[in-house]
Amino acid sequence: MKSKSSNTHMTLHLKVWRQKGPHAEGKLCDYELEGVNPDMSFLEMLDILNQKLILKGEEPVAFEHDCREGICGSCSMVIDGNPHGPQKSTTACQLHMRHYRDGQTIVIEPFRAKAFPVMKDLVVDRSAFDRVIQSGGYISVNTGSSPDGNALPIAKEKADLAFDAATCIGCGACVAACRNGAAMLFVSAKVSQLALLPQGQAERSERVAKMVYQMDAEDFGACTNMGSCAGACPKDISLENIARLNREFMRSMVSGRKSYPRGDGANEGSPA
Amino acid sequence: MSANSSFLTSTIGKKYLMALTAIVWSLFVMVHMIGNMLIVVGAEAYNNYSHALTSNPMIYLIEAFLVAVLLFHAVTGLTLVVRNSRTKPKFYSVTPMREKSASIASRTMIYTGTATLAFVIWHLITFKFGPTYFVTYNGVEMRDIYKLVIEKFHEPLYVAGYAVVMILIGFHLFHGVQSIFQTLGISHPRYNKFFKFFGYTYAVVVAAGFISQPLFVFFAR
Repeated sequence: MKSKSSNTHMTLHLKVWRQKGPHAEGKLCDYELEGVNPDMSFLEMLDILNQKLILKGEEPVAFEHDCREGICGSCSMVIDGNPHGPQKSTTACQLHMRHYRDGQTIVIEPFRAKAFPVMKDLVVDRSAFDRVIQSGGYISVNTGSSPDGNALPIAKEKADLAFDAATCIGCGACVAACRNGAAMLFVSAKVSQLALLPQGQAERSERVAKMVYQMDAEDFGACTNMGSCAGACPKDISLENIARLNREFMRSMVSGRKSYPRGDGANEGSPA
Repeated sequence: MSANSSFLTSTIGKKYLMALTAIVWSLFVMVHMIGNMLIVVGAEAYNNYSHALTSNPMIYLIEAFLVAVLLFHAVTGLTLVVRNSRTKPKFYSVTPMREKSASIASRTMIYTGTATLAFVIWHLITFKFGPTYFVTYNGVEMRDIYKLVIEKFHEPLYVAGYAVVMILIGFHLFHGVQSIFQTLGISHPRYNKFFKFFGYTYAVVVAAGFISQPLFVFFAR
């Protein structure tokens, strides 16, 4: 690691996508930002930019953020063509300015996919993911007192794989990175997490079919196994999940009910 | 909507169709490449092999099957490309880096695939429907395809064009063959490296094998 003093401030040339609304024409606007501290996170750098814009009476850059500790999946921007920036396994909020040098030009764009329309500047509408989850990404349980510990034995390997899949924060970087705008990595993580665990078995066949049909209905693209989704994933969701999704989908087609209601996102109640 | 029709119209179902049809043609090009290696052995071996294949009445069935599978693969691939161009309306102004990017082979499947289809048509016109010479071995008259191949492989432009197309087919297989495993859901942490290695090697072997034949004829026959 380069040891840069916190006092060394940088000047950056930013090219930021500005778009007034969902139907407005957008374009990249140039901003020169002085006094960037290398210890700042990328979002803090944008905060500084926005403060300066506000003081000048201009509209600040709209971008999504929430936890700023890399676990909520809110931040959604493409930095120099890379979703969440150039660092591997890192959300944009956990990207720090020490990875940039004085005088560097940084291009910041919103996630691009038909299923994620731009609402304003860097903010995109990711509710398509919510509708995919609503279509089947849950388990139906009878609530009551909590079950006894170890009442449901789960093999260590399965628990690990399920947990790995469950680390998906649903940020949409996979869709943003994909040249087809496909959501396979996201859907595969959500399907895998439940298909691997005993609690997910009851709705296993129905779930994968409904989620895949909803994914298609939301205008996500088709997977061509390029693998840039896994490269861009801040949580390192593996491509093996996509293979599992393909398997689960085929299994559902072969062994499942003859047809499943297509994509309105409603809970259809009891499984087949 | 029946389960089958919804399966076939889904993006994953279409990918299954791509993979299954890809298996047929991946096997075909490998077998074709190995069979053609008889060019090194000599005219009689090469012509006898060709005669054994073309004189079998099953050949029409197999040819029809291969053509149907190829067209099916091309049309399904095209529908996926059209869908994907709609679902990704705009690319970024900067090209992504390293693992966040996509390999050249995976990005150019439609182009290498189109080139392959065009080549197959050209290839059939050149050889299958090309000039017919005859030769007789042990009293059996058969087509002297060897003579035509030797003729063609002595044209420098033909050899160069052939080599370029084989490189493009190699690129197509490079992404395609290892991709079959992933699409069919054949994946396991222990074997995934092998699947990739197998796919890459398969592509290189097929392309290098096909390129070696015109070069051999051009320089040594």
